[in-house]
Amino acid sequence: MKGMTVIVKTIASWIKILIVVFGVYIILFGHITPGGGFAGGVILASSYVLLMLAYGRDFAEEYMPLAVASKLDCLGAFIFILIALLGLVFGGCFFVNFLYQEFLPGQDLKLVSAGTIPMSNIAIGLKVAASLFLVVLTLSVFKIDNKEQDK
Amino acid sequence: MEILYILLLLMIIAAIIAVETKNLLSSVICIGAVGFFCSVMFLFLKAPDIAITQIVVEVLCLIILIRSTISRDLVLISGNRDFFGTVVSIVVILVILLGGLNILMTLPDFGTPAFTINENSPSQTYIDKGLKDTGAANIVSSVILDYRAYDTLGEATVLFTSIIGAVVILRKKSRKDLEEPDE
Repeated sequence: MKGMTVIVKTIASWIKILIVVFGVYIILFGHITPGGGFAGGVILASSYVLLMLAYGRDFAEEYMPLAVASKLDCLGAFIFILIALLGLVFGGCFFVNFLYQEFLPGQDLKLVSAGTIPMSNIAIGLKVAASLFLVVLTLSVFKIDNKEQDK
Repeated sequence: MEILYILLLLMIIAAIIAVETKNLLSSVICIGAVGFFCSVMFLFLKAPDIAITQIVVEVLCLIILIRSTISRDLVLISGNRDFFGTVVSIVVILVILLGGLNILMTLPDFGTPAFTINENSPSQTYIDKGLKDTGAANIVSSVILDYRAYDTLGEATVLFTSIIGAVVILRKKSRKDLEEPDE
């Protein structure tokens, strides 16, 4: 997959950082305003897809190769399970919101509140972003065999 | 609630155009229009979380579809329609529609919440005690990550396994290269 013209590359490099900031905002404030882990993760993945469309697949693959993206995916799933198991250790049962009930209640409607919910949002956001970027990367690598000599 | 019916009619028109047109790019754009109208409908039904997710996933799927079909120089859909298959599918759809109309009569109106009929429904508990039990101002987040966190675990597992399957199948190297001598 080749890149696009100079105008598209310049604008994409400015807009990409805005999309990343917006995605991180939607993930972090998921327990106060609408949003959450899934929507924010998809927005983060779309910023990487913008990079791949504007600069070509080879640049995006050396920017974040396949191995790093799949390790980030596994890390996100692992952190989610770890939060659930810590609920088993500190609270009574699996998935208990132990930070809200015992250690760190925080104040309502502020950023530090609701216990383990923002941490689960971060883990799920990381996982969804890495997964969708992996899907787009592998779909662009996979070619039908008789068209391989055209690219 | 008339705006919901107008949006529903627009979605049906866009879906029919997506099926009937011969140009592949028009078909993909009409699929994007269906998703866009669905997202606007979610906004009118007071569900902003789902509207955000719907519009972003729709845009991402549109990009994936366009890149995977248009860049391979496939421009027109070809092939004739099978007569017997069309008749059988229309008959099946009519039978299911007539059977489902009896069930649809017992549901509340289009656009009103479905779980407020029963007095002991759990939705009232979530709205009343959501802030006190979990501390999250967004009740949707408190339901999917505290009250019903097992369902989120199941959904994360499904996403994980399907991505693993896709990455393993769509490999770059062929099988023959990987069976080269390992010693």
